[in-house]
Parts: sequence; C-alpha cells; structure tokens
Amino acid sequence: MTGPMGDLPSDDDKLGLPPADTPDLPPDDASGLPPEEQPGIPETATPDADPAGSEQVPGWQAILRGLGPRGLALKIGAPVLALLISLLITMGVLRLAGADPVSSMQSMIDYGTTSNSVVDILNRATRYYLSAIAVAIGFRMALFNIGVDGQYRLAALLAASLGGAVTLPAPFGQMLVIVAAMVIGGAWASIAGLLKVARGVSEVISTIMLNAIATGIIAYLLNTDRLAANRPGSNNVATPDLPSSGRIGPLNGFLSNLGIDLPGRLYGLLPLAIVIGIVFWVVINRTRFGFDLKISGLSPTAAQASGVSAGRMIVITMVLSGVVAGLIGMPELLGASYNYSLNFPAGLGFTGITVALLGRNHPVGIALAAILFAFLDQSSDILQEVNVPKEIVGVMQGVVVLTVVIVYELVRRWEIRLQQKNVASELAAGHTVATEAAK
Amino acid sequence: MRRGLKITLVSVTGAALALNTAACGGKKSSSGDGGGDGKKSIKVGLAFDIGGRGDQSFNDSAAAGLDRVKKDLNVTTEEISAKPDEPDADKESRLRLLAGKGYKAIVGVGFAYTNAVVKVAKDFPNTKFLVVDADQCQVTGANVEGACFSEEQGSYLVGAAAALKSKTGTIGFIGGVNTPLIQKFEAGYAAGAKAAKPGIKILPAKYLTQPPNFDGFKNPALGNEAAKGQLDAGADVIYHAAGGAGIGVIKTVGGAGKWAIGVDSDQYNQPAVSAVKDHILTSMVKRVDTSVFDFVKGVSDGTFQAGIKKYDLSNDGVSYATTGGFVDDIKAKLDQYKADIVSGKIKVPTKPGA
Repeated sequence: MTGPMGDLPSDDDKLGLPPADTPDLPPDDASGLPPEEQPGIPETATPDADPAGSEQVPGWQAILRGLGPRGLALKIGAPVLALLISLLITMGVLRLAGADPVSSMQSMIDYGTTSNSVVDILNRATRYYLSAIAVAIGFRMALFNIGVDGQYRLAALLAASLGGAVTLPAPFGQMLVIVAAMVIGGAWASIAGLLKVARGVSEVISTIMLNAIATGIIAYLLNTDRLAANRPGSNNVATPDLPSSGRIGPLNGFLSNLGIDLPGRLYGLLPLAIVIGIVFWVVINRTRFGFDLKISGLSPTAAQASGVSAGRMIVITMVLSGVVAGLIGMPELLGASYNYSLNFPAGLGFTGITVALLGRNHPVGIALAAILFAFLDQSSDILQEVNVPKEIVGVMQGVVVLTVVIVYELVRRWEIRLQQKNVASELAAGHTVATEAAK
Repeated sequence: MRRGLKITLVSVTGAALALNTAACGGKKSSSGDGGGDGKKSIKVGLAFDIGGRGDQSFNDSAAAGLDRVKKDLNVTTEEISAKPDEPDADKESRLRLLAGKGYKAIVGVGFAYTNAVVKVAKDFPNTKFLVVDADQCQVTGANVEGACFSEEQGSYLVGAAAALKSKTGTIGFIGGVNTPLIQKFEAGYAAGAKAAKPGIKILPAKYLTQPPNFDGFKNPALGNEAAKGQLDAGADVIYHAAGGAGIGVIKTVGGAGKWAIGVDSDQYNQPAVSAVKDHILTSMVKRVDTSVFDFVKGVSDGTFQAGIKKYDLSNDGVSYATTGGFVDDIKAKLDQYKADIVSGKIKVPTKPGA
C-alpha cells in the first residue's frame, strides 16, 4: 500500500520543488513532532499553536480548506498551469483510447457552446454549485460532510410533498417549499454534528450512514400509500405536482429583455445560487462567525483558547452545510420537475465534494469548477456520438481534480519556502549590517 | 514523506468520488460503422437509461434488438447512455442531439424517457421516436410510438409453474430495485402461484436495493446473498427480476440444486449461467428486442404507426420459455392460464398484495 502512494508525492516534490532546503533554515514543523507522530484527525492535527502568518498546516488539510498560494500572480497562474497540464494528459488519454484528440476536443467545444447546451450546462452548474458550497462550508472547518447527498434528497422529497399538498398564493408557496427544504436539510445534517459533539462519532462515518438511512426513508415514504401520488399503470412514483402558483418560471423571459435569447428553460433559481455564493463569501470573510469557523478549522486548540466553543461550532457548521444542501434540489423541483420522483437527479452530493475540492472552497473558484464539470458532463453525449466511450469524461474530471490539487499544493509549498528563504536572507543581511555598524 | 502520502490519499479519494458518480455503467458503447450508407439506409439512435449496454438485462435486451436491426436491415446505429444524476432536461438534449444529427429513428429505452421523447418529437416531425416501457402506457404525437409490456402476465405463468414444481411448498421472489415496474413482476408471480396452488407459501419479496441506488440491477453478490436467505427459509423455486444481479441468484439457487426462474430473455441460453442451466426452470421473456426491431423495421419500410403498442401474452410480447423441457409436464396447464388471461377471464394484478 505504501508502494505507489508513498512514491508518487515524493516524485512530485522533486519535480515541482527546487532543492530550496538550505541547511541553515529552521525545520518546517514548528511542533517538532516527527512526521509519523502527527495525528491524522482534524481535532488534533494542528497542535502547534504557532500564531505566525506562515503556519504549517498539514498538506491534506490545506487541500481540503482550499489554502493555496497567496500572491495574486500565483493565484491565477496555478490554475492555468494545472488546466494546461490536465489538458495535455486528457489529450494523451484520448489518444490512448483510439480517438483523435484534436477533433474530439473540437466536437466537445462545438457541442458545448450551442445555445441548447449552454442552458443545460448552466442548469447543471447551478446544481453542482449549491452542492459544492454545502460541502465547502464543512471543509472550511475541516468537517467532511459526505452526507450532502442524503440531505438534499430527503429535503427535496419532503419539501416537494409539502408543496404539492398545500396551495398558497404566489410568493408564499415557493418560499414555504424552499424554507422547508432548508430546515429539513439542516435538521438531517445536525444529527451528524450532534453525534460528533456528544459521542465523538466521526462525521465521515455518520454522514455516510445517514445517506443510506435517507435512501431507506425516501424509499419508504415515496410510495402511493404514503407521500406519492396515485398514477395508475405508471412505472414511476412521484409526489403530487406542485400547484402552478407554486412554481418558479424560467429565466429566459428576463434574459430576453436583456437581449439574450436562450432556448429551453434556464432555472429560475439560478440567481439563488449566486446569492448563496455571495453570502458564503461574506460570512466566511467578513463576520465574527466566519472567523471563528476558520480558526476552529485551522487550530481547534487555539480556537478553544480564545473562547470559541468547538462543539457549538461543529453543530452550527453541520447545520449550515445541511441548510445549503437542502437547496440543491430546489432549482429542479421548483423550475422543472415540479415533483420528486424516481427520475429526480441523484448523486449530486458526491459531485459537490469534487467540485468544492477543485474550486478551492472559494465561491468564485467553485463557480468556475462547477461550470467546467458541467461542460465536461454535457460533452459526454457528443463524445459517445463520435465513438469515444463516455467513461472518458470521468477520467477527464479525475485528471483535472488531481492536477489542480497537486499543482496548488506544490505551488503553495514552493511559495512558502521562497518566503522563508527571503526572510532568512534578509535576517542574515540585517545581522551583517548590525555587526558592521557595531564595529 | 508522510504528508505527501496524505495528499495522495485525499486526492485519490476525491477523484474516486468523482469517478464513482460520473462513470456509472462500464461497457464501451459500440456503434455503427459510420460509413457505407446505401441509398435506403436510415440512421438509428438509441438512448439508454442508466446502465446502458452490458447490464445483462433490460438495456441489453434493447441492445440485442438494435444488433438484430443492424444485421438484418441496412442501417447505421448509434448508442448514447444516460448519467445517473441527470434530470429530464438532459434526456431531452440527448434526443435532440441525435435528432439534430439526422437520426431518423430514435429509441428512448426506459420509462424515464417518456416526457422527453414526447417533447422533443414535436420539434422534429420528420423523425420517428419509440419509448420502450412508456410511462402510464401513454404517448402523444404523430411520430411517437410507445411500447408497453404486460410483465405481470408473463410473471403469472412462471408463478404458476413455480407453485406446481415446488416440493417444499415454499417459493421466493427476488427483485432488483424496489420500483413499481419490478413490483409488477412480483404481483403477477404471486397471483399465478396462488391460482395454481392455493396453499402455496410465498416468502416476502426481497428487493436488493432501494432507488436511487440501482446496484440491485447490477451487483451479482447482492443476488447471491438474497438467494441464500430465501433458500435457508425453505424456498425451492426462486424467481428473480434483478437484471445483472440475478446472475448471482441463478448461480446460487442452481448451485444448491433448486429451481431458478430467469427474466427478460431466455436465460437458459445465456453464457453467464450456462454452468447451472439445468436448474433454470423457465424464464419470463420480455421482448424489448422485438419492440426495437419492429419499430426500426416499420420506419425503414414506411409502415410506422404512432401510438401505443402493447406487448402481452396475446402477441408473445411476454411469454414463458420452454427451453430445457423442464416445464413440459405442466405446459398444458400453463397454456390454459395463458388462454384465460388472453381472453380476459383472468385479470392479473399489477400491484403486490392486491
């Protein structure tokens, strides 16, 4: 097991990092623990209360929380470099699969930029975006909410049946459904948070379990004896349709007023995703709560010492993550399907994890990642049409995530070393000046 | 390099999750040779539901129809599979893509395509569409055909066969995924068994997974376990409606020397279970392949008819297999039931417990 996995990163280290370790540099790990003894779980992973700006976060945590290079040039350069590398690898894979890389890419782009596809891609990206934000909220605190999938499906089912059962005048029906979904998503996620605080259950385990339980509950409830509408002779089971006053129309009308004419139906709730992204950014970066959340993730002990209740933060973060997860199904439910059925999109919670990872947990990064993934997914059909197996799309997505993660981490380390080197040489220079002045 | 290891682990986990959701299915999609169109050749597009070709079941049955089309008629074909996390809109785009590329006969495999086909068909009046398993057995449009199957009728006959052949007086049913479609199999099976032998004990139906987890149609290990459970409970005839997972059922039941009943195609002839084929009592055959073939043939020779086409016992759209000769001794009885169902004397329920 240590064979391939242990070798790979060390190769990358050599590949991406110049031998910058000058012997007079202090060791990286301020804690002084040998690397083997650094615990691998979030609560205790950063025992060093190093308050300095260049704190050493374990690499995997840095990746989860989207820490990256600090300089603006590198912030832009790193993803561009990563995308170029992944493009090259993808071309190679296409070649190996027996396809012509250039013409395959060409047909992907041609198809992906037709106006029909643009609408599909934006709709798909909206779902991915909400899902990734839900995941990113947890990541920012080093909480791995794998349960987003169960949270949004359960929320969508219950909100759909509630919305189908009551008819309210225009804005209230929609608001009822959306609020209900947020409450249910948050409540379901809170179970994992409470379990972690009260019993120390890892949220990774409990959310995976809760996904399975949610699937069971949905299967039980989505039955004509319970929440589903009676549709004789149908192979589908669905909740009753939302009343027409409780739906949200497409954005196409609004956009055509602006001179943008699109076919199909662009989700009316697409702006909601943008709002959620802005709120996410403001809360994380401009509020006391966001500060507490980031600190709890960076160093639970430091957070505790400065009066932040770790348990409270865990529960609140999980609930917020679940609240946003509850929204994932809303654009489709209120804007397209109007019911929860066997055809309701499933598995978005897992895609969200990857998209959040790719987007570095930053609202803008996630938006770009969501659009990229949506574009790749959209092109799966056209690739099959030009005789490239659809699984290539999964390979491409994996390649993109891997290269982005690796390149970011390498660039980040390289930048830290560079800073340390600069500081060291300045200190040394200062020392010389001082001694010379004393003479 | 411990830290490096952790990075790799996280990255690999992330990528694995991405692949997990993105790369469902598994078989390379094949397609026509592209070139060599003769003058009368038409292009046929097939849009699969989740799983696609290679699911040993429903999709494969449609694929078999397409293969026959390719062999017998002068056509070029194309197949595109669905993704598990897609809404109806993506199915529409898929059909639109095929129609826009000049495919003149387009098949949507699975009830999930019903709405998408009806919608897209309006925009492409010169293209003919087929929905296999049309939802609620309804389609609209002058260029849309909906095929619907009476699975419960075929299941009724194999249920009767199970009851008549059981020595322990206990029989079982294993369904792939708990959906109304598979419940039709269960309902017909139970009704047929009770009709043939009123005192028969039918074990509670075992569904391998709940939607949206469709592993129950794919994972033979699940079928394996479920079959063991029902054998332990005393069943000596077990009917599966579990697609690829049913391979596990048949192997386990056959290995224990009891009777298995196959589904969708005549599984006696299926290479995957040839080792235990002498323990496949019969199979409930659902001619998805025929519906695809008939549709393409109709389009190519101009006899296409829009609207619903029912496939039931009366036109052998569903039937029971006799290969192996294990049901020869009760064939007269089964044919009597069949005649009664065709004439309407027996009404087969479509919901379990009815």
